[in-house]
Amino acid sequence: MMGEFDYDIIWRSLPFLWEGMKVTLLLTVLAIVGGIVFGTLIALIRLAKIPVISWLAAAYVNFFRSLPLILVIFWLYFLVPLILGRPVGGFQSVLVAFVLFETAYYSEIIRAGISSVRDGQIAAGRSLGMTNFQTMRFVVLPQAFRAMTPVLLTQAIILFQDTSLVYVVGLKDFLVSAELIANRDQRLVEMFVFAAIVYFIICFTGSQIARILQKRLST
Amino acid sequence: MNYNWDWGILFRDPYLGWLIDGLAWTVSLSLCAWVIAFTVGSLLGIMRTSTSGVLRFIGTAYVEIFRNVPLLVQLFLWYFVFPELLPDDAGRWVKREMPMPAFSTAVFAIGLYTASRVCEQVRSGIDAVGVGQRNAGRALGLTEPQIYKSLLLPNAYRIIIPPLTSEFLTIFKNSSLALTIGVVELTAMTRQIEEYTFQGFEAFTAATIIYSVVTFIVMGIMRVIERRSRVPGMIATG
Repeated sequence: MMGEFDYDIIWRSLPFLWEGMKVTLLLTVLAIVGGIVFGTLIALIRLAKIPVISWLAAAYVNFFRSLPLILVIFWLYFLVPLILGRPVGGFQSVLVAFVLFETAYYSEIIRAGISSVRDGQIAAGRSLGMTNFQTMRFVVLPQAFRAMTPVLLTQAIILFQDTSLVYVVGLKDFLVSAELIANRDQRLVEMFVFAAIVYFIICFTGSQIARILQKRLST
Repeated sequence: MNYNWDWGILFRDPYLGWLIDGLAWTVSLSLCAWVIAFTVGSLLGIMRTSTSGVLRFIGTAYVEIFRNVPLLVQLFLWYFVFPELLPDDAGRWVKREMPMPAFSTAVFAIGLYTASRVCEQVRSGIDAVGVGQRNAGRALGLTEPQIYKSLLLPNAYRIIIPPLTSEFLTIFKNSSLALTIGVVELTAMTRQIEEYTFQGFEAFTAATIIYSVVTFIVMGIMRVIERRSRVPGMIATG
């Protein structure tokens, strides 16, 4: 069986696969940025302990963490065109789904990161005459994000893997591109094995970097 | 926003039956996959903490491979590629003659993937029990299997109930990926209701509530179990 492995098909479809990979990477980067921005916001709201609002932020996080990503993708794929009243490309709907979903996960990481900064740091900032906002912005968040870097990177790798789920709405990312060729040329073995190897190399490299960062931070 | 609301659709024949069927498939898929994840994950966790370099290497390699390839790709590899690599007869059996090919493949794929995550939890549990217990066992003349069976594992499992609960809930959510190879579980059923009736809002709301409620119930049950099985003198990790 392996003797029939057709390397040529992979070589010939590389330009097509690269187009798909660009969609995968763009979605990953935008979802990371959105997830971190809104995740920080939600984390700050939760830590501020404002009566109803903080509870709502916690409810948001727990709610999204109880749902399968595929269901969230279906929801937004269905909802976004309905709300806008006109059809939109799959990419926009999927991006909204990923940002909503990832915000919940990032906010938990960021909340833990902020909590890990010692109280004395806040007291020091305040005693220097900084406002609460300035203390957060210049003292707490920089330290928190430094401590969180490895975990944020690990989450980015998970997110990168999760983008493959756009398969369910047929968005032409890396995996869907590989699948299209696999079905067109009846080369399922080659294309899926190749896709797995590409994902593995990227994710393995990323997780090794996360491990090195973790070690450097803990010493 | 133009939309004709009809919440009654969820309680009408055949859609109510579809939802119940979908939930039944989701739950059975999750439970079967959990059995594999827990068994294989525990074995791998033991391997990764063992004194044998070879076993440790195999355990580490397994975790790295299964954790760094997206679950959806793994599912496709098991479903489309694996039967092709087997001898003809075996391949045909896996593809068609095996009972419920899509369901069984999903159980194995999701189970083996989650095993790599369970392994890491078991390993950290065993590490948390500490080298003192291991040495105490050795001093008492216990063999390595006896040390794992009577000392390390019972304590480790009790410490890692919270992370294992979240791994189970991960399986529960990941079971939705099985729809990509044709298992009509809860998410696929709601999608089907949307396509038949155009009542997407109601259908997706039903699935959302069911997933949240099941998660809520599982967390409630596990919190009680965790409290009852807490190791005295150990601060609960969470």
